[in-house]
Amino acid sequence: MNGPIEERRQHYLNVNYGLKSWLLTTDHKRIAWLYLIVVTFFFFVGGLFATLIRLELLTPQGDLVQAETYNKLFTMHGVTMIFFFLIPSIPAVLGNFLIPLMIGARDLAFPRLNLASWYIYILGGLFTLAAAAAGGVDTGWTFYTPYSSIYSNTHVALTVIGIFITGFSSILTGLNFIVTIHTMRAPGMTWFRLPLFVWAHYATSIIFILGTPVIAITLALVALERLFGLGIFNPELGGDPLLFQHLFWFYSHPAVYIMILPGMGVISELITCFSRKRVFGYDFIAFSSLAMFVSGQSVYASMIFSLLSMLVAIPSAIKVFNWTATLYKGSISFDAPMLYALGFIGLFTIGGLTGLFLATLGVDVHVHDTYFVIAHFHYIMVGSAVMAYLGGIHFWWPKMTGRKYPEPLARLAAVIIFLGFNLTFFPQFVLGYLGMPRRYHVYPPEFQVLNVMSTAGASILALGYVLPLAYLIWSLRYGAVAGMNAWKARGLEWQTPSPPPTDNFDVTPVVLQEAYAYDVDEPEVIYASEKAAHV
Amino acid sequence: MSTLGFPLFPEQASTMAPRVDQLYYFLFGVSVFFATLILILIVTFAVKYRRRSDDERPRPISGNLGLEILWTLVPLSLTLVMFVWGARLYFITFYPPSDALEINVVAKQWMWKAQHAEGRAEIDELHIPTGRPVKLIMTSQDVIHDFFVPAFRVKNDVLPGRYTTLWFEATKPGAYRLFCSQYCGTQHSGMIGYIIALEPAEFQAWLSGGATAVSMATAGENLFQKLGCVSCHAPNDTGRGPSLVGLLGKAVRLQSGASVIADEDYIRESILNPQAKIVAGYQPIMPTFKGLISEDGIMQIIAYLKSLKREEGAQVKK
Repeated sequence: MNGPIEERRQHYLNVNYGLKSWLLTTDHKRIAWLYLIVVTFFFFVGGLFATLIRLELLTPQGDLVQAETYNKLFTMHGVTMIFFFLIPSIPAVLGNFLIPLMIGARDLAFPRLNLASWYIYILGGLFTLAAAAAGGVDTGWTFYTPYSSIYSNTHVALTVIGIFITGFSSILTGLNFIVTIHTMRAPGMTWFRLPLFVWAHYATSIIFILGTPVIAITLALVALERLFGLGIFNPELGGDPLLFQHLFWFYSHPAVYIMILPGMGVISELITCFSRKRVFGYDFIAFSSLAMFVSGQSVYASMIFSLLSMLVAIPSAIKVFNWTATLYKGSISFDAPMLYALGFIGLFTIGGLTGLFLATLGVDVHVHDTYFVIAHFHYIMVGSAVMAYLGGIHFWWPKMTGRKYPEPLARLAAVIIFLGFNLTFFPQFVLGYLGMPRRYHVYPPEFQVLNVMSTAGASILALGYVLPLAYLIWSLRYGAVAGMNAWKARGLEWQTPSPPPTDNFDVTPVVLQEAYAYDVDEPEVIYASEKAAHV
Repeated sequence: MSTLGFPLFPEQASTMAPRVDQLYYFLFGVSVFFATLILILIVTFAVKYRRRSDDERPRPISGNLGLEILWTLVPLSLTLVMFVWGARLYFITFYPPSDALEINVVAKQWMWKAQHAEGRAEIDELHIPTGRPVKLIMTSQDVIHDFFVPAFRVKNDVLPGRYTTLWFEATKPGAYRLFCSQYCGTQHSGMIGYIIALEPAEFQAWLSGGATAVSMATAGENLFQKLGCVSCHAPNDTGRGPSLVGLLGKAVRLQSGASVIADEDYIRESILNPQAKIVAGYQPIMPTFKGLISEDGIMQIIAYLKSLKREEGAQVKK
């Protein structure tokens, strides 16, 4: 393939130019880019808050920022990272870009709704940013009542309205994905030929639709209580402050699966491609994705909650074993996405196993609300979900941009992130068991050594996150031309040029096999154009 | 404790601590085993099956039902062991022994106030005897707090509008850190203190030391007179309200036909929101005492009512 011809080919990026062509686009691939830009912005904003938190905790005294500022920092860190980065990251960026390509569709079922979802997300983000600019909020991202509803005098209402609005974006995206997966699969793309990435997003979409309204209502009640003194959570007026926690965790427990399931979908694609193996136990992985969202709908009664949390561990364990078994007798290469995937398995294993400590009632009494919890959910939400996101971005970067990123630098960044992450968060397990409570601005001096280790790790981690930002942007202009199938992968998205044409496929493909047929040489054995199939 | 320059495990200073640690070691062992297993498998496979030539097309393996069953059942049975073991521990922490020494704790932004039955009160410190179960009856004046003593491996939320309890038995004298572990506002990390465990004899000496304090029951009796409770709640059921002698712990029949146990929460509710539960045979005429009495005062009145119970028992003996 020579350069000039490649330049002239029309694709979704060069079909038209100008800001308006982007802001009014209904192309799912361009909307994915809109999300990518904003999600990246929020990731680094949230990261900035985290940096200040870690610097403050370098010493036991509260010497860098005031207690009030510190409380706002960890609140804003949680709010931006969870609601504006983690929840939309993989579904809205990679899911948006890939689901139609993977199932052989021209776009999502409702392209304009897809664009509307992005604007709703932006609107919610603006509210929350306005709250931050106006002085911030100090309730913790969990907004526990009655502190949030009566006692805090920061911008709680503005923040929760922002989250409330953003929730609609998730609901509409989920709806769009479900309808698309049901109705727009190419001929031959049966349910059990769907890539596991699509299965994971199907399960995530169901949680989006079922779970998001609950938290939206719960947070709306907090705002109403603040603005009009309803008294639902106020014991003075006969309300129940614990009711908030029941409602909040009814959503937020399943929400953890919103954040991790799409990542698991990414990992299934990466592991298979870089070991050139059909995924081990496809149906077990697919069904364990659905099992996770069912058991996520938990009741807060301690016993049931504990038992359900335990049972969630089973599908996770099944996945880890299946991914590991996929490597067996494979042909394994160690490109950057694979390094992220292998890192994911390790960190997810630790995150999942330490989750058992929290599900075990007698031990949870001790470690609850300590740094043990912080470490555990960062292993899941950062160690696993962000690793999967970065692995996915690297893997599909050649498809999205038509360019290759610099491989040696990318491998280096993956290793730096893995090491930095562990140095940051592993000491926090020890801190937690020693009894250091979370959300402490000032802490007893005996906890300092471990906190210094954690801050040191965080600075390495920060470097690891800035590196990809730099070289990925660089590669947009200077990266080598990638070609149609940079990784010799078997998924349908790799059977169309990079970057794909606006309509994704020049001819509607007919699917003859599932996306993991790594034993065949010719992709034509897996997919045929419509004409060929009729012959 | 450790050659690393920092400790790896907190001190064990209660009867609960070794029990929690045992389960913790079990969980830790299971975790190390599985994490190591996965690590060894990944490294072995990664080295052994690394790509040697770009033409490699490994034979597909679609799965293995036996293995799937194995790695579903093994984690399932391990987690069930954890669940049952953890639930048994939880039951122990949930139900205090009946002979426990009761101490009242009131939390507020951002301090811990405690008062002993004998009357001695303290702030951000709690003196307790070793070798005897201690039961804290706790409430909050404002937001949710959490009473956490790492060396005892116990914690519980302290809620506004109701009582929660926490019990422990210290095994050795010493000063142990007390943290608020539920985020409660600006000075959350300043809401800390010490539990000071003393040998029983020293504890008795400490209790009787300090300024001459009025016992909680006496303070409660004074309040009972001052607020005029006694004018309706006469001891012999002749008043406009029911007698409160011997009430605590007994079942009370309500106008609605239901029956409730008159525990601390019931007394507290009846003082602050008297219309909530009307005793059968009485008129709903009692005014609320909200704003007229503090959380500490309510605890003192409860202590007084508990003491009435004991006196009645003594009278019966005569």
